[in-house]
Amino acid sequence: MGTAAIELKNITKTFGKVVANKNVCLTVNRGEILSILGENGSGKTTLMNMISGIYFPDDGQIFIDGKEAVIASPRDAFKYKIGMIHQHFKLVDIFTATENIVLGIDERKYNLKTAQKQIKETCEKYGFEIDFSKKIYEMSVSEKQTVEIVKVLYRGADILILDEPTAVLTPQETRKLFAVLRKMRDDGKAIIIITHKLHEVLEISDRVSVLRKGEYIGTVNTAEATESTLTEMMVGKKITLNIERTEPKNTEERLVVKNISCMSRDGVKLLDDVSFSARSGEILGIAGIAGSGQRELLEAIAGLQHLQSGEIIYNNPNTGEAENIRDKTPMQIRELGVRLSFVPEDRLGMGLVGNMDIVDNMMLRSYRKGHSMFLERKSPKTLANDIIHNLEVVTPSAATPVRRLSGGNVQKVLVGREIASAPTVLMAAYPVRGLDINSSYTIYNLLNEQKENGVAVIFVGEDLDVLTELCDRIMVIGSGKVTGIVNGRTATKEELGLLMIKTNDSEIKSATGGSDK
Amino acid sequence: MKKYEKSAREPLFHIAKRDNLATWQSWGIRIASIAAALIVSAVVIVALTGENPIKVYATIIDGAIGTQRRVWNLMQETAILLCISLAVTPAFKMRFWNIGAEGQALIGGLATAVCMMFFGESLPSPLLYILIIVMSMVSAAIWAVIPAIFKALWNTNETLFTLMMNYIAIQLVSYFTSVNAVPKGSGQIGVINSITKAGWFPALAGQSYLINILTVAVLTVLMYIYLRYSKHGYELSVVGESENTARYVGINVKKVIIRTMLFSGAVCGIAGILLVSGTDHTISKDTVAGRGFTAIMVSWLAKFNPLYMVLTSLLIVFLQKGALEISTIFGLNDSFSEIITGIIIFFIIGSEFFINYKIKFSHSHKEVEA
Repeated sequence: MGTAAIELKNITKTFGKVVANKNVCLTVNRGEILSILGENGSGKTTLMNMISGIYFPDDGQIFIDGKEAVIASPRDAFKYKIGMIHQHFKLVDIFTATENIVLGIDERKYNLKTAQKQIKETCEKYGFEIDFSKKIYEMSVSEKQTVEIVKVLYRGADILILDEPTAVLTPQETRKLFAVLRKMRDDGKAIIIITHKLHEVLEISDRVSVLRKGEYIGTVNTAEATESTLTEMMVGKKITLNIERTEPKNTEERLVVKNISCMSRDGVKLLDDVSFSARSGEILGIAGIAGSGQRELLEAIAGLQHLQSGEIIYNNPNTGEAENIRDKTPMQIRELGVRLSFVPEDRLGMGLVGNMDIVDNMMLRSYRKGHSMFLERKSPKTLANDIIHNLEVVTPSAATPVRRLSGGNVQKVLVGREIASAPTVLMAAYPVRGLDINSSYTIYNLLNEQKENGVAVIFVGEDLDVLTELCDRIMVIGSGKVTGIVNGRTATKEELGLLMIKTNDSEIKSATGGSDK
Repeated sequence: MKKYEKSAREPLFHIAKRDNLATWQSWGIRIASIAAALIVSAVVIVALTGENPIKVYATIIDGAIGTQRRVWNLMQETAILLCISLAVTPAFKMRFWNIGAEGQALIGGLATAVCMMFFGESLPSPLLYILIIVMSMVSAAIWAVIPAIFKALWNTNETLFTLMMNYIAIQLVSYFTSVNAVPKGSGQIGVINSITKAGWFPALAGQSYLINILTVAVLTVLMYIYLRYSKHGYELSVVGESENTARYVGINVKKVIIRTMLFSGAVCGIAGILLVSGTDHTISKDTVAGRGFTAIMVSWLAKFNPLYMVLTSLLIVFLQKGALEISTIFGLNDSFSEIITGIIIFFIIGSEFFINYKIKFSHSHKEVEA
């Protein structure tokens, strides 16, 4: 092993009361690839942002080549030859690749011709294939990523950080990327790669560091690690939460989803042949790494996502009829008599209108009632006051804009409204994200109440402890596919963790991605 | 050591959003800003002209409300500006950047002029008025809905589109006036039906502008009710706040955009009628005189509340009238009076910043609130 290129000692970072990183220690040597593994919200990106100068640690030290370094801005990071490739590319769309690469470099050195020559050398050295006179908006996702990588290399970076670089790539593109990364490693660069995908960790990295809930768990040599040991480090031991869970009664298949698929604009499959059913009187949990298709799945059911194929059948308990609600608008779904409630992930951007008061937000679902041209604010006002009272929403009054409420109170308002319409299907995406313990339990109780009332509840969650204590069945999805549906009472965290990161290699090889070249 | 590094990089002050400012506090800030504007203007007046600022201010007031005729003029001008401001409000509340009110009102006015010229003699009065109202509102609504359709279906940029529609409207009116010029070749059509007064709004209680003022007063109340209490008004504000939320609750966003612009255009059409039938009795490309743009400021300053818009439009017309007066009385050119108007409006708009944000100064570890 070479000398430590970068060493972190006891790095701590808090945002308000939330501890994003606590006493994290890491070492990366030259000529090695280190993977950082952890669930959502385990603090991986925060940690990397501190190395690249976007955040400044509250406590702890960073050493570069054995010397203590102060990285207070991206400019400092550049000085220490640290380059970060973000998950969301930071490129100017209407510029060419070359222009993007030289952008922001000291003006006196600005010379497109010599730059082009240098860029070409870099590319040949590591095996990048790309047309650098192409404009960014004409490029595929993988080409854009290549530009980002070349950009940091051109600036002389020898410590590279890649934040989930494979999330947006097809398997073929991923393989290409890995080949390039290996070449860079052999050239003596220190590389840190953040990823959720276990098989990639095993394939590419020399060592793996694991974070869990902001804490540093440990580092192992990849050669000595297996999927199950890594999963165990990642999810940790079971914590008992004591969430009440009753036996489901009188279950009926309320919502049957059959083989639905949908694609993003870039041709990446967001949902791939997903089938499952949600039963009345039962909570179906959905687990998975963030961005595995949870949002698309719920939005497809709610009539907000266009599908390429498949069916979504709703069994109406009142009429006994089965309706296909695929590709129907939310209005059409309601007109069919489907009583569907949806607590979306983006509370203020989708579920509620931040600038409107609680009463007007209550009306969102019900304002159409009646033939009058005018709004009826009386019953929404009663509802608003009921919710404030019953769910203990802390607010100056019902006339307060919801954006002024705290996260937990916003969520109570939203969930309260969705439950008020007496749904038969209730979908909730990350309903306790960012909530304190008490508010979280209020939400669990509300979901349980609905379940006991015979509602088919679909709960998308990220905390495996919660999922295994709250849900009757848990469906796990990975990269848009159902990787398993397990009994919530018997499932273990390790089992779920493995399913979450399970990707079938043979399937990957046969899958064709959206790369158009 | 680390701590020191960090504070050294801390900026001198930072800006934080304010919540829960009491009404009296926000009005206090507004009044203070007007006082500050008057003081700064006074300094500018003394520095540039050497005139007594108090006298200048007195002249402004005199110019706006000095005589009964001036008061009527002020109210008439306010009514027209307010009418166009009301028209653009639903669009802006929906975050549809309609900067084409100028053209929409002009097209409405053109339709009125056409009706007056070609049907003024053949149609009985009541029918003529109905024809004027229908034609003007419909043509202005069509003018407004074209960019809306393109926005709704193909997501084109409505700002450029509505702006360009203004120029088309202006050229159409230029063409119309040059073809029908009286006398030929003058490029102006002069007063239409000056003898029969067909299609003119009659004077009420001896006041020729009273109908205009009353119409706009009624319109203000109706617009307030529409925006605050109707389902349409609710839908358009949801669309304006968040299209995602609108789709989530099943609002047909395209339909709302098109419907709102039809409505907004129709109200612009009313402004065109008031200008041609109710005021000028003629049309030229300068009939709307930039009110389509001033109206945007009126609407935003009033935070899209039609009742507040009465105040903001009055303020702007008041300043314009007063500015005109000081330029004649003191023999200053127009630019100077516009400087004064500009300073005052700048301070009023600037006060909104201090109502929404507070500035915190940071002196190493102490925090002083401004």
